[in-house]
Amino acid sequence: MVNAWEVASIVAVVAGVVGFFTVLRGSAFAAHAIPNGSFAGAAGASLVGVSTLLGLGVFSLAGAFAIGLLGRRGRHDVATALALVMMLGLGALFLSFSEEYAPAVYSLLFGEVLGISSNDIVPTAILGALCILAVAALYRPLMISSVLPEAGEARGVSRWRMEMLFLAVLALASTMTVPVVGTLLIFSLMIGAPAAARSFTDRPLVAMALSVAIALIVVWAAIAASYTTNWPVGFFVGAISAAMYALGRGWAALTS
Amino acid sequence: MSHFLAPVFAPGFFASEAVHIALGVGALAAIVTGAVGVFTVMRGQAFAGEAFGDIGTTGGSGAFLIGVGPLWGFVVGNLLAAAAMETIGIQRTRGRDLATGIVLGASIGLAALFLYLTTTEQSTTGATITILFGSVFAIASSTVPLAVLLSLLVLSLILTLYRPLLLATVSPEMAAARGIPVRLIGVLYLFALALAAALAAITIGSILGTALLVGPAASALRLTKRPLIAMLTAAGIGIGAMWLGIVLAYDSYEWPPSGHGWPVSFFVVSIIFILYLLSGLPGRRHRRRDTAERQPPTLQALPESR
Repeated sequence: MVNAWEVASIVAVVAGVVGFFTVLRGSAFAAHAIPNGSFAGAAGASLVGVSTLLGLGVFSLAGAFAIGLLGRRGRHDVATALALVMMLGLGALFLSFSEEYAPAVYSLLFGEVLGISSNDIVPTAILGALCILAVAALYRPLMISSVLPEAGEARGVSRWRMEMLFLAVLALASTMTVPVVGTLLIFSLMIGAPAAARSFTDRPLVAMALSVAIALIVVWAAIAASYTTNWPVGFFVGAISAAMYALGRGWAALTS
Repeated sequence: MSHFLAPVFAPGFFASEAVHIALGVGALAAIVTGAVGVFTVMRGQAFAGEAFGDIGTTGGSGAFLIGVGPLWGFVVGNLLAAAAMETIGIQRTRGRDLATGIVLGASIGLAALFLYLTTTEQSTTGATITILFGSVFAIASSTVPLAVLLSLLVLSLILTLYRPLLLATVSPEMAAARGIPVRLIGVLYLFALALAAALAAITIGSILGTALLVGPAASALRLTKRPLIAMLTAAGIGIGAMWLGIVLAYDSYEWPPSGHGWPVSFFVVSIIFILYLLSGLPGRRHRRRDTAERQPPTLQALPESR
């Protein structure tokens, strides 16, 4: 229980920070595709007998690069969709080779927050810190490239390079979060909380802090609710995130 | 003839009823997703198309929970999700991915709950995997009439809407100036997309549904700029990929590791992916690295900017 609390808090902080840029850049599809497709890596890792984390990492990075490369020469959403289905197709192939793996798919998709062991805390914390550091290091160029891509280009910030770097950060965040909270839960956190935060304020740093705060509230409330009702954490994360977003939209409608 | 083709078509391929249904329903799904997919790609709504495939899990598991047919769950769930996306604001380019994402996140949460609530009696994992990956060789023959009906509904919706939808897609301003109800057309199109995704998810699985919706249409639109020709090309590519995938999957029972075949979805997705890459080759040397020049200005996926 305490493990779940700690790991989920780390995940929420990362989701709040990385998600802020995801929403700002309109990369929600990539944020859905990379964690979702990376599960194929977990299936592949169990097939060849390496660690799940390695499989997830390799596949999320490969997915991120595929999206970036294909998206450079075609429509971005088409590139993302095709990269996703290709990864899932590979996942189907790996799953068919190793029958015994199937039950683990459910936990990768929906997560098993309450089953987190203390062994998970250190790798999650390290990868989480890496994500935050990467965003901090990229903060200024990433911000200008997300908000005013043309102005960024004029100042020598390559739009495409920023896109690749951002997708790599997204892949890193997926790798750390998928094994502990599942692909679906991280997506809700990464989209719902920052989208809600942006309805409350236009100032980027305040919005980012608010986004982290909302993500923390969502996971804490979800874990508590899941603990008392025994219903899955994923349901509460999805529902509370959507409710937060509705609240933000209501606030924006009232104040504008 | 049969001897000549024996290395390609494993024995029993043409005699198996499961193969007949797979080929027929696969072709049907390819035609419907090809027609809808051209507009999906032109409107930049591939994410919504993919989301409907996942949202189908929610509808399907919800239907299972209250004891009605899964197809109804898929259809009703997807239509409700389409309405929710429309309410949040999928009609605007900016924030479109957000509208899809919020609805997707909430409905996946619901799916987790539904699956949890049904888990006491049924294998949760089995249900999740079936919906996600589908199984063309396991389509019940009782599903076929419903699938045909749904296909006809979607196709007639798209063909009825064709002209106003095309104008509203290419140039919303001009469409509005001509008195076309752009938002209503957008909603009707979204319903067609939701129904097509439901059809695809229930018959061939949501992965293949997304692949068929986006891949053939995007490849076709790289080869021709004329929408009707693109629809026909997309349907042709989809049928070809589907049938070749089914043949290969049938053959793969003989491949290592022996005992069971490779999944159809892997083959079909790979074929579609390769065709998409190949479709980018013609005219490549005429293009500049700047992607913005390649697409008509109204069609390009504009980066988010504030």
